[in-house]
Amino acid sequence: MSVRRIRILLAKPGLDGHDRGAKVLARCFRDAGFEVIYTGCHQTPEQIAAAALQEDVDVVGLSCLSGAHKYLFPQVAKLLKDEGADDIVVIGGGIIPEQDMDALYEAGLKAIFTPGATLESLVEWINTNVTPRA
Amino acid sequence: MFTQELLNQSSQLRQKWEDEVKKSVAKHADQKENWTTVSDLEIKRIYGPEDIKNMDFEKDIAYPGQFPYLRGNQPTGYRGKYWTFRMFAGMGTAVETNKRWHYLLKTGQTGLSTAFDFPTLMGYDTDSPKAKGECGKCGVAIDTIEDFRDLINGIPLDKITTSMTINPPATVLWAMYCASAEQLGIPLTKIGGTIQNDMLKEFIAQKTFMCPPEPSVKLISDTVEFGTKYVPKWNTISISGYHIREAGATAVQELAFTLRDGMEYVEDAIRRKGLHVDEFAPRLSFFFNSHIDFFEEIAKLRAARRIWAKAMRDRYGSKDPRSWWMRFHTQTAGCSLTAQQPYNNVVRTATEALAAVLGGTQSLHTNSLDEVLCLPSDHAVQIALRTQQIIAEETGVVNTIDPLAGSYFVEALTNEMEEKAWEYIHKIDDMGGMIAAIDKGFPQLEISDAAYKFQQQIDAQEKVMIGVNKYVEADEKVDIPFLEIDDSVETEQLERLAAVKRKRDGRRVAETLKDLENACKRGDNVMPYCIEAVKSFATVQEICDVYREVFGEYRDPGIY
Repeated sequence: MSVRRIRILLAKPGLDGHDRGAKVLARCFRDAGFEVIYTGCHQTPEQIAAAALQEDVDVVGLSCLSGAHKYLFPQVAKLLKDEGADDIVVIGGGIIPEQDMDALYEAGLKAIFTPGATLESLVEWINTNVTPRA
Repeated sequence: MFTQELLNQSSQLRQKWEDEVKKSVAKHADQKENWTTVSDLEIKRIYGPEDIKNMDFEKDIAYPGQFPYLRGNQPTGYRGKYWTFRMFAGMGTAVETNKRWHYLLKTGQTGLSTAFDFPTLMGYDTDSPKAKGECGKCGVAIDTIEDFRDLINGIPLDKITTSMTINPPATVLWAMYCASAEQLGIPLTKIGGTIQNDMLKEFIAQKTFMCPPEPSVKLISDTVEFGTKYVPKWNTISISGYHIREAGATAVQELAFTLRDGMEYVEDAIRRKGLHVDEFAPRLSFFFNSHIDFFEEIAKLRAARRIWAKAMRDRYGSKDPRSWWMRFHTQTAGCSLTAQQPYNNVVRTATEALAAVLGGTQSLHTNSLDEVLCLPSDHAVQIALRTQQIIAEETGVVNTIDPLAGSYFVEALTNEMEEKAWEYIHKIDDMGGMIAAIDKGFPQLEISDAAYKFQQQIDAQEKVMIGVNKYVEADEKVDIPFLEIDDSVETEQLERLAAVKRKRDGRRVAETLKDLENACKRGDNVMPYCIEAVKSFATVQEICDVYREVFGEYRDPGIY
């Protein structure tokens, strides 16, 4: 029986357009054998949550470099939870200061990756921590 | 370039040297197999006269102030005048940013440069649901002309030039600048500055867009035309490669896509507005990135001047040397900085700034050591500005103009940059121009390829980033002062906006917006209508909503 591949939604919440990291990750995850859906820039938390549900993903990866992560990341996690989809693993990346991390974890994010994280370490984290949802 | 006799001599000496190399390599093998620039151009072990023998001194090099301006536009270089020290600044409210501006002017900066927050850049007001969490974070929040007046408070608009990185709402913010100057009694003929009003690179790289490419370019031609007629000292567009590079482009891609964007604007202003190239081209300016690979950057900047001169003279029939001059600002590469061991960023920035100066930049921003972590603190900005002052006043690199000219390596690399850039430019010509290329996703995918490849090279340690993949410190604690924009900025800005909306004449606002809408529908130049609208206290979003309504809205196709 073939195992379902891990499905990842990569999203750029808010107005930030710095999408280099998100696009590099999209290619990396695709090459690693995951199914990747990339939303493009300028998505509202509502759009991201709706896309995650519609696409039935296992992981939502959020990327933000504008400083608005403190509002946007928890908002996505909350909307998923409200829909009863808190088994979708939410991870974040970008310019995220150390002192903001606890609040993001408390809001439901499972991991935060900041500049310097290798592509390999991200793939490994997902393979270790995510099992495709039934 | 050289006599046959010298080339023969060089060839003999070279043979001897190569024999020596063989012996040497037998003892110490090369440290690595491929020697490449940071953007993967192959570099030879040595360069000599044979590498530049086909150059024509008069046609290809010459002297500063002489075509093709490889060595600079002006005959005197930095002896007469240093480049403009123009640090990029903007955070929180207009009042706070104004404070930083005055601090920078006191510290020795000679021109101003503004960063706007994302809602302003995207044409939304602080009270838009889309703006939540973003106010003042990445730049200054401007909703109405009242904020703008606070921003320029105490700045002599007839003496200091200001650059505004604003793109989609460039017409709106420039209208605020023009209206404020008039209200202060300064005629439009006296004000000088630059609007970064380059939309094509937004679709390619930076992704701060509003309307689709075609109407976006139309709005740019409106500013070009308005500036040509009424604001003669203003640079109506800054054509930017900086963001193209930050998005992951190679040096050649940055050069090619930026200059091809510039050509697109030239063609549009000629075609749409019926202007002669020499009426507006002297006010076009460019903006490049200075990355960490020292010689590659110097070669890129030198090549940029030569390509532009040739394009303007030979492709567009320009007769005025001022149109042939590529005038540009440079910023050191944000993407080369590391969050790890952040003090190393001072060294990186100094090296990049030196490359920009040796490449002959006319204006420079040096990044602060903390910019990869947060908005720069006063102290970090001061070190960054001092870096420029040390280069200008201590190192002696300004003593002579274009000191690297004639270097076998630098000239060969400059030629290679130029050739490879023209290949891209011609490819885009064949596609039907830059808008067509963007529709095909061509530059976007080229940049994505380069960015992905670079990241893989970093991971594989084929390219080195100190502190990230080499000489890493275990359990590093980053201990630098940290500037944070408090969420109270948003509350404060919301109150300011509400106050302006309460006191303004709503009927007048509606009238000016209607006039603007009609002008947009007729295809008229929007600038005069935009100026009336901002004077009536119409907000950035209210004006941009008119554009979105009439011209349509662009959505990121998410190509990767």
